[in-house]
Amino acid sequence: MRDLIEKQRYIIDFTLSSLLRRKVKNFGLWLLYMLVVFLLASVMFFTHAIKKEAVDILSHSPEIIVQRLMAGRHALFPVGYLDTLKNIRGVEAVGTRLWGYYYDASSGANYTLLVPPEQPLNENRSGRKSRVVAVEEDPKARHEDHRPLFSMEGVTLEAGSVIVGNGVARVRQTAPGEFITFRAYDGTLMNLKIAGLLSSSSELVSTDLILITENDFRRLFGMPEDLVTDAVVSVTNPEEVTTVSTKITKLLPDSRPIIRDEIRRTYDSIFNWRGGMMIVILSSAVFAFVIFAWDKASGLSAGEKREIGILKAIGWETSDIILMKFWEGAVISLTAFFTGVILAYIHVFFTAAMLFEPALKGWSTLYPAFKPVPYVSAEQLIVLFFLTVVPYTMATVVPSWRAATIDPDTAMRQTGE
Amino acid sequence: MSSSETLMRKSSKLLLVVSAQLVVCMLLWAHSSLSRFYSQERLAEKRALVGRLMLTDIALFTEARYTRHLTQADLNTPFQDFPMALEHFPSGSFVQPGPDQFRRLP
Repeated sequence: MRDLIEKQRYIIDFTLSSLLRRKVKNFGLWLLYMLVVFLLASVMFFTHAIKKEAVDILSHSPEIIVQRLMAGRHALFPVGYLDTLKNIRGVEAVGTRLWGYYYDASSGANYTLLVPPEQPLNENRSGRKSRVVAVEEDPKARHEDHRPLFSMEGVTLEAGSVIVGNGVARVRQTAPGEFITFRAYDGTLMNLKIAGLLSSSSELVSTDLILITENDFRRLFGMPEDLVTDAVVSVTNPEEVTTVSTKITKLLPDSRPIIRDEIRRTYDSIFNWRGGMMIVILSSAVFAFVIFAWDKASGLSAGEKREIGILKAIGWETSDIILMKFWEGAVISLTAFFTGVILAYIHVFFTAAMLFEPALKGWSTLYPAFKPVPYVSAEQLIVLFFLTVVPYTMATVVPSWRAATIDPDTAMRQTGE
Repeated sequence: MSSSETLMRKSSKLLLVVSAQLVVCMLLWAHSSLSRFYSQERLAEKRALVGRLMLTDIALFTEARYTRHLTQADLNTPFQDFPMALEHFPSGSFVQPGPDQFRRLP
């Protein structure tokens, strides 16, 4: 056993010396290899973490949301429809949501304005209380980690005031106690006082939120009293959600129910790999690497062929040469793989995917400041390993086997650098 | 003792480098597990906020209505030009409408 290990060590020593003789070429390959692993691992870590977190936190979203469609577009929901929903067997409670978008020309940001419900529907059935506690109106406390997320009790949302997400405060460079101006539907200006902020740790869901009272919301958008944005429905038996949803479609043909499972499925398949910028960037990087690696691995240079010929002439077995080439591939791919994975982890979970931010941000001026929770599974790493290390190592072994089986004299004579 | 014997062998150096990388990987794995453990409370608060405000979407892409509220978008809003068109908004290149949106089309 000791002899076997020693033999392997001597072959590795020789392989490393051989690699170092062509250090510029091999370092270039290693760097490119590492960058491809880094890019793939970063995308994998980031998308997986976002998906997991989104699916987790959205598990408390409403069971059924009912939108009204008119001329193929989302239209305002008549309050008169609520009775129809309440009378459906299996429906436990029906509520309404008032929300909309506001484009702020001064900052170029889109805000989501939302009227917080007095009593969320999902608290009715379970009787549980959400972990909502009082919030101090201290701007210094904004960045403290232990600050509670949101409170209806601590900060009173009254007429003429709003509670804003951290992203809104950031782009408007404002703080609690200051005023924020909106242009209403009729052109009049509305000055609303910032009563409080939603915590920085909730930015992934709340960065662009502005909580506003119903009266102010209707005044801002000119929305009549008999219309709401959409309705929410909670169902007595969770098993009957689909049945209730089907009943809603039958009773209100111009409506579109969206069930919670659909929301979760949407976020489970959020990132689109079939088209667009991502695939173009990734595929070009991967193909460039594949061509480079294939050229390096499969097309043995004249010098390498001569080296193999000399090694065979001085008594190396074909198996020894294949072993040497295996170690050559393994050394480059293993070290590049580990370095790429480590850097990808640091990039995604310590710097909040800093390199992806400009691409993800797109043209929006409002982007949540958040650090994804590091969900990393062994499955991801194994897939990445088999996609990168194994093909490269195999690609180095096969051509060297072909070169190692020819006569050493021929191998040395055919070459000449 | 010759000078070559006093120097560390190249295979030993490689072993050292790979071992160091493995140790860092294990430390990151531990970091991942610990972070998940310690983030449970914050995640619970976020879930509570989602439940309290009856939210439906994450605010990752705020540039367009259909990317801000992916689950609430009109059925025909994304990919208005044609299915393989590069999106007007960059984030439209990363995300796709929910799998159920196409199912609901008549």
